[in-house]
Amino acid sequence: MDKDIAPQPVPEQASASVESPIVEELLVEEISIDGMCGVY
Amino acid sequence: MTVTLESACELHPQVAIRPEPFGALAYHYGNRRLVFLRHPDIVRVVKTMGEHPTLRDTFVAEGVAESRWPSFIEALSSLTTSEIIRVLS
Amino acid sequence: MSSHSLGQQMKQGLDAPICLTWELTYACNLACVHCLSSSGQRDDRELSTEQAKAILDELAALQVFYINIGGGEPMIRRDFFEIVEHSIANNIGVKFSTNGAFIDMKNAERLTAMDYLDIQISLDGTDAVTNDAVRGEGSFDTAIRAMDNLKAAGFGQFKISVVVTRHNVDQLDEFKALADSYGAQLRITRLRPAGRGADTWDELHPTNAQQRQIYDWLLAHGENVLTGDSFFHLNAFGESLPGLNLCGAGRVVCLIDPIGDVYACPFVIHDTFKAGNVLENGGFTHVWRESDLFTELREPQSAGACASCGAFDACQGGCMAAKFFTGLPLDGPDPECVTGHGEVLLPSVPVSLVPRPSMDHSKPARTLIKSKVST
Repeated sequence: MDKDIAPQPVPEQASASVESPIVEELLVEEISIDGMCGVY
Repeated sequence: MTVTLESACELHPQVAIRPEPFGALAYHYGNRRLVFLRHPDIVRVVKTMGEHPTLRDTFVAEGVAESRWPSFIEALSSLTTSEIIRVLS
Repeated sequence: MSSHSLGQQMKQGLDAPICLTWELTYACNLACVHCLSSSGQRDDRELSTEQAKAILDELAALQVFYINIGGGEPMIRRDFFEIVEHSIANNIGVKFSTNGAFIDMKNAERLTAMDYLDIQISLDGTDAVTNDAVRGEGSFDTAIRAMDNLKAAGFGQFKISVVVTRHNVDQLDEFKALADSYGAQLRITRLRPAGRGADTWDELHPTNAQQRQIYDWLLAHGENVLTGDSFFHLNAFGESLPGLNLCGAGRVVCLIDPIGDVYACPFVIHDTFKAGNVLENGGFTHVWRESDLFTELREPQSAGACASCGAFDACQGGCMAAKFFTGLPLDGPDPECVTGHGEVLLPSVPVSLVPRPSMDHSKPARTLIKSKVST
């Protein structure tokens, strides 16, 4: 399996350096169901 | 709670997953928590993890590159906090 | 910021709302001076029980997770429980917003027996004088009685929702303490000049110094306090408050009103922001996905006069409803812009050009001598 290719369009925090082939991605984000403006 | 590659996990039965262009919305009816799953791969992992003995097996089965496993582990750990997924062992 | 980029995606809209507000009736036993829906009298065209259930069936098919039911006073409808039960049976969680007048012990127990149900009691002061000045004589006692009944019935955590005004902003700590005393969750929300609020906004909206007070309080004490993301315009003060921090109207949320009209949000009940009606061909789904208004709102919005302001990224130009009902252009500063850019524009807005709410269901003044309802 190829470890160097970023698997999706550039995520905000994606980085792949020669030293460390770790890809950083923000995969989940929690928002309160109340945290959207425009409801009671 | 931090999950590991050897954790056995499943989607919480009170969670609904609604597909979206960016991935999916996951909503827990019991605790009202709402999480945006921001990539289709994490969506697939969350949906299929219950079928595999460990997260490692799930990642492999779903074709998640090893370079992404730390991000996935971090994401899944946060999903235990919101109880979207639960750890079986 | 990650939330910001998620926000960018949300601005383009989704195939279905995440949640929405549904005003069940314009009838109300109270006559709050800032009522966003100018409620009081039932509209003859109010949707029937069957029409209401059909909406819920559509929302269930769209996988809307959660709806906020309000009004007027939603519990005035005789089919209130039938509608709520139908929603829950169709996997749509319900939060309903109420003044508490109909939460006697019997109803408190009935509500306690229901699952996937949240209750939000409206309260605008921690004492009767402050509260009743806005919500009417006896309304404070009514709300407290409802809360006592819910507590006695073992309902568990309900919400107390406060519209922050010039006169209650100093009570934020007391509101928190009150909520804590009931094991309830506090929610504070922004006053918009909508409905009857258009007439009382000048006297009620917080001063800029008070806006700073609200912002600082939320940063210091707001961890478990909900805001409905209604204070994102205050992000211009510095660190962003939690939430999507964008206007969700027509993008992730909307309003269905008592006669089936669909508006971008509950604070813009005006023809300019009406997307359609659920009784038209294609129902709610067609309005949500294809209406001209929502299509337009999901396009990139111009920063306009705010483009050169460094704070725009954080404040997003504020609230559409606040701008619209104070006669300010939508592509410019919010009337409560924390840098003052909006305030200076207000005096030059000709009164004749300030939009008036499209409908007014207020009761005639002479019937409003007493608004107390006994349990």
